[in-house]
Amino acid sequence: MKLVEPASSPRLAPTFDVERIRADFPILKLKVGGKPLVYLDNAASSQMPRPVIDRLLRYQTTQHANINRAVHYLSETATSEYEESRRKLQCFINAREDKEVIFTSGTTDAINLVMHGYGRKFIGAGDEIILTTLEHHSNIVPWQMLAEEKGAKIRVVPINDAGELLIDEYEKLFNERTKFVGVMHVSNALGTINPVKHMIDFAHARGVPVLIDGAQAAPHLPVDVQALDCDFYAFSGHKLCGPTGIGILYGKAAILERMQPFKGGGDMILSVTFEKTTYNTIPHKFEAGTPPIAAAIGLGAAVDYLSAIGMGRIAAHELDLLNYATEQVNGMPGVRIIGTAEKKAAVLSFAVDGVHPHDVGTLLNEDGIAIRTGHHCAQPVMQRFKVAATSRASFAFYNSMAEVDALIAGIRSVQKVFS
Amino acid sequence: MADTKALYQEVILDHNRKPRNYGTLGNASHQAEGHNPLCGDHLSVMLNLDGERIDGIAFQGESCAICKASASMMTATVKGKTRADAETLIQEFRDMAMSKLDLNGHHHLGRLAVFAGVRDLPTRVKCAILPWHTLHAAFNSVASTSTEAEDDPMHAPIGNA
Repeated sequence: MKLVEPASSPRLAPTFDVERIRADFPILKLKVGGKPLVYLDNAASSQMPRPVIDRLLRYQTTQHANINRAVHYLSETATSEYEESRRKLQCFINAREDKEVIFTSGTTDAINLVMHGYGRKFIGAGDEIILTTLEHHSNIVPWQMLAEEKGAKIRVVPINDAGELLIDEYEKLFNERTKFVGVMHVSNALGTINPVKHMIDFAHARGVPVLIDGAQAAPHLPVDVQALDCDFYAFSGHKLCGPTGIGILYGKAAILERMQPFKGGGDMILSVTFEKTTYNTIPHKFEAGTPPIAAAIGLGAAVDYLSAIGMGRIAAHELDLLNYATEQVNGMPGVRIIGTAEKKAAVLSFAVDGVHPHDVGTLLNEDGIAIRTGHHCAQPVMQRFKVAATSRASFAFYNSMAEVDALIAGIRSVQKVFS
Repeated sequence: MADTKALYQEVILDHNRKPRNYGTLGNASHQAEGHNPLCGDHLSVMLNLDGERIDGIAFQGESCAICKASASMMTATVKGKTRADAETLIQEFRDMAMSKLDLNGHHHLGRLAVFAGVRDLPTRVKCAILPWHTLHAAFNSVASTSTEAEDDPMHAPIGNA
C-alpha cells in the first residue's frame, strides 16, 4: 500500500501564510475612513515591509555618507553597502556581472537612458523601432522623441480582443530597417504576460536588440535575464516593496560599453579637463551625480525580502488571488473584465456597466478599498478597447482572499448606489 | 468623507439617470467643448443668448456621474438667468469646490451646494467644475477648453478662459 505523504513533508512547499506576511507590513493595519485598508493598487506602487523600513533607518542612522569619494569610515561603509545592493539586484535577476546593473531613478529613467545612450547613437533616419499597443507611456514617449529627432519610424504590434500581442504581426513588422524592439514583460493595464522569450529570440535572429520593460514583471514573476537573453531589462524599486526614486537598468555589458553616457557629471568620469573628459567604466558611466544611496540600499533589502519568500511562491499566490477574483467577477452581472489573456499576472481591469471608473474608485474608497481608475498611462490600450478609462485592482503577495471578497462586495455596493 | 455616498445618492439617483437639458441646441449662439485629459471626460455645452439672457442651454458628453450631475444641475439653474448671473454662479461654484467659499455666508448656489462634498475628494474636484468651466469658455467664445495646463480652472483667473 502506498502511503500518502504527510502535509509536513519537507519535499512539499510550506503553505503560503499570508497573515504572517501581512504582519511584516505596518501600513496594512491602517484604517481608512474607519474601514480596514484593502490595498489593491500594487501595480501603481507596492507597500514596504518592516525589514526594508528598518534597513533604511539603519542606513540613515549609522551608515550614511556620500559614496565613491572620501577615505573616511562612513563613506567607505556607504560605498560598500551601495555596491552590495547592486550585487543583490544582480542575483535577483541572474545577471552575469554586477556591472550590468545600473541604478536609475526608476523604469522611466532606465528607458530614457537606453533611448539616449543607445538610441541616439545607433538609430538614425529611416530606421524602425518596434513597440506594442500594450506599452506604458514610458516605453512610448521616449522613442517618439527619438523618432522625431532622428527621422526614425515607430511600428506598433497590435493586440487581440483578449489583450494578447499578435505575434504573427510582430514577426511581419521586421525588415532591414528594424533597429530596436521595446516591449513590456507584463501589461500594467491588463495583466497580460507577453511571450518575451520568443520575441527576443526572433529579434536576435535578425540582429535586433530588445529592451524589456519589466516594471510589472519583476515584482510578480521570477526574472532571469540570462535565460531571456534580453539586451536590456528595466524595473522600479517602489513596485517591489522598495523605496521610490530607485530602479535599475540591466544591460548586457558588451552593449552598455558601446553606449554613450546619458547624463554628465560627477562619478561618471575618470578625468576631466576643459580639453578632454574621459568617461568612467560601466556601471559608473551611467550613474552621474550622487545617486539615491539610501533608496538603492533599501531596494537591496527589498529583493532580499522577496527572495526569502521566493518569487515562485509569490507568483503562485498571486495567481490564486487573480483566478479567484476573475471567477467572482465573471459571476457578476453588469461587470466586464478588460484583458482576458490566457497568461496573466496580478492585474484585474474591469468595467461596471453604467458606472464611470472614477465613480467606482471613489465609492470603493468609501469602503477602504484602494484601486486605480483611469487610463493607467496606457492610452493606446484604452483606445483599442474603446474606453476612456478602466477600474483596476492589482494584487501583491500580501493580499488575501478575504480582500478579494471585500472588493467583490464593494463592487456590488457600487452597483446598488447606481441601481 | 462620510458624506460621499450621500452626495452620490442625492445627485446621481436624480441627475445622472435623468440628466436635464441633455442633447444639442439647433440655434446655439455660443458653444464650447470641455475636456479633462487626465480621466478622458469630455462634454459640450451649447447655449443661446437672447440679449443678455440665457434663452436655451444643453449639454452632452461622456463623463463620470459627478460631472454629469453637475452639468445637469448647472443647465437647469442658469436657464433663464442673465449671463452676469451665470458668471457669478460659475465663480461661486468654483470657489465652493476649491474650499474658498463660506457656504454659511451669502451666495447664490442654492441646491448646487450639494457639490460641496467634492472638497473632500481632491481628485474629483475637476469632475464637478468641468461643466462650469466649459460654460465659461462658451460665454467667452472659446471653442474648446481643458481642465489641465494653461486652461486649468484651479489656476486660471475667471474672465480669462
